[in-house]
Amino acid sequence: MAAHAPTGRPNQLFRNLNAKIASIPMMLVALVIFLGGTLWTVFYSFTNSRLLPRLNFVGLDQYERLWASSRWIISIQNLAIYGILSLIFSLVIGFMLAALMDQKIRFENAFRTIFLYPFALSFIVTGLVWQWVLNPEFGIQSVIRSLGWTSFAFDPLYDPDIVIYGILIAALWQGTGLVMCLMLAGLRGIDEDIWKAARVDGIPMWKTYLLIIIPMMRPVFITTLVIIASGIVKVYDLVVAQTSGGPGNASEVPAKYVYDYMFQAQNLGQGFAASTMMLLTVAIIVVPWAYLEFGGRKRG
Amino acid sequence: MNIRAMAAAFAATVTLPFSAAHATDLEVTHWWTSGGEAAAVGELAKAFNATGNKWVDGAIAGSGSTARPIMISRITGGDPMGATQFNHGRQAEELVQEGLMRDLTAVAEKGKWKDVIKPASLLDSCTIDGKIYCAPINIHSWQWLWLSNEAFKKAGVDVPKNWNDLVAAAPALKKAGIQPLALGGQAWQANGLFDTLTISLGGKELYETVYVKKDAETAGGPEMAKIFAAAAQARDMAKGSNVQDWNQATNMVLTGKAGGQIMGDWAQGEFQIAGKKAGTDYTCLPGLGLNEYLTTGGDAFYFPLLKDEEKSKAQDILAAAIVDPKTQVAFNLKKGSLPIRSDVDLAAANDCMKKGLEILGKGNIIKSVDQLVSADTQKQKEDLMSEFFANASITPEAAQKRFADIIGSAD
Repeated sequence: MAAHAPTGRPNQLFRNLNAKIASIPMMLVALVIFLGGTLWTVFYSFTNSRLLPRLNFVGLDQYERLWASSRWIISIQNLAIYGILSLIFSLVIGFMLAALMDQKIRFENAFRTIFLYPFALSFIVTGLVWQWVLNPEFGIQSVIRSLGWTSFAFDPLYDPDIVIYGILIAALWQGTGLVMCLMLAGLRGIDEDIWKAARVDGIPMWKTYLLIIIPMMRPVFITTLVIIASGIVKVYDLVVAQTSGGPGNASEVPAKYVYDYMFQAQNLGQGFAASTMMLLTVAIIVVPWAYLEFGGRKRG
Repeated sequence: MNIRAMAAAFAATVTLPFSAAHATDLEVTHWWTSGGEAAAVGELAKAFNATGNKWVDGAIAGSGSTARPIMISRITGGDPMGATQFNHGRQAEELVQEGLMRDLTAVAEKGKWKDVIKPASLLDSCTIDGKIYCAPINIHSWQWLWLSNEAFKKAGVDVPKNWNDLVAAAPALKKAGIQPLALGGQAWQANGLFDTLTISLGGKELYETVYVKKDAETAGGPEMAKIFAAAAQARDMAKGSNVQDWNQATNMVLTGKAGGQIMGDWAQGEFQIAGKKAGTDYTCLPGLGLNEYLTTGGDAFYFPLLKDEEKSKAQDILAAAIVDPKTQVAFNLKKGSLPIRSDVDLAAANDCMKKGLEILGKGNIIKSVDQLVSADTQKQKEDLMSEFFANASITPEAAQKRFADIIGSAD
């Protein structure tokens, strides 16, 4: 059969040439800016660069200092608390809201708009709004006290022990609307017949959701997970607007450490080391997951 | 960079119709945005505009730690402004070493800066390898205790004569519902307060051993332990301030809601603008009323190297205008800071400034921490101090141990 094709198989490189040319700029951006920038950062994290990058290698000194810094440890702890809770709560609340919306209620459009509206605000605005809401002298605390309950105390932003939850509240307020919309789209994609079959079999509604609908919505959950997770790792502006890391260091997050050390402390090396650690953390979580998710499918 | 585009567009529409034939626009960035500060910048702009050039104001709100990264990234990123404020000291050191800043030696020689600028350490901080790279504009000292006379009257105690009196009066103030000490939540304020305690309670020798010699043993020693104990007292007195910016804290003193505040002499400008009178409405105690030493940090203008001939000339004119005696008086009266030359007439100065001038005249001056340690070390100290002042569960001993580590690795 090979004799019938004198030129052999068409060169893979030139198949779909137009599409490939069109994607060159995107590939260049990905390679040079993302990959190149990442490698450059990791490389310079082993130097003692101060205000400007310099090639003076100091081995792992920057990393040793990083892990000895109590501010960095606090940042990591905060990110863990914030990350885990915001993942759980935004998924649970988002799904509950979507399930409620899906009960063929009246004014669904109006509710959907109201819940999604906070997402239209930037984190800076969200942070400032919640800074006022949670301010003990103007916000919730003073409103409830003026209603007569004078011993009521709720000032998370001024208490180092619970400040991160104050930030979490603001983040959930801003983000759950989007999760709800994604979930709602997923729910609408479920075939009516499934519901009918479940009803005929007499399966209670909560069980139908838990055992049939949610497993069917797996792709939606994965999309949502990626969106929430990337938002968690890069949280910065919300903290800056709401507490600027305070009180003291109690609400610091890794991204803020990176910025502060790169630009305020004029210590690029330290900032690069911190951002490399952030990358590493993400890689540790994402790589095994991607392997399971995409690697498995090919074999199957 | 929308703001910059807007500023440029704004500048273009404003300046084009009015500018004279040879007027050059010079964008000047700074972080002077509170009431007193903005009034002082107005004086500087007036002086520069009087030379036939045009001051394009590039104020960046949110204190130096917000503004400096923006300034530095503009200079290193190839979009330099005409002139920019820094604290003189080591903040712009590397920019100068990289050749990004303009050499002002010629202007300095013409203006005889070496002879007129007092104390000489100011010009030393601008000098790198024998060349002068910045024009100092004022002297700011941190070592001031501002007290509200009204608050003490209300609490029924005498206005303190020094820091120890204030500590003793704290319970009476608390009883009267007054915050004994106002302290803003930003890290640099806690850090400055601590350095002030070091000089004013510990004295010059201790301060210099720690920050000039960077002796970790002294930093962890018994002398320094006293400072940390005092800082812990200050922490108790400041508990419940719940404000962020320094001028909000100053405002608490201004309105009698707080007894006192340890803040640099720039707080003076706020009292000035509110029409308060030193001695009757408020009291100022340099050196916290104990060791009357002032640090001579302050602000200076740096001039990035530009390709444009015209602009370079305008830079020289601005540099000369900054050191000019008339500008010095007008600017510093509004700002509440001290002039960088001793040959100017400050008859209009109020009591507090006169006290400051007297201390300068006596030569009781020390270099500020900004001049002595790198921005990196300062940041580490800020992290420690802001954590210490916000979290009462950190003992002074634990904080001192970390402090000694920072000093041990300081540069």
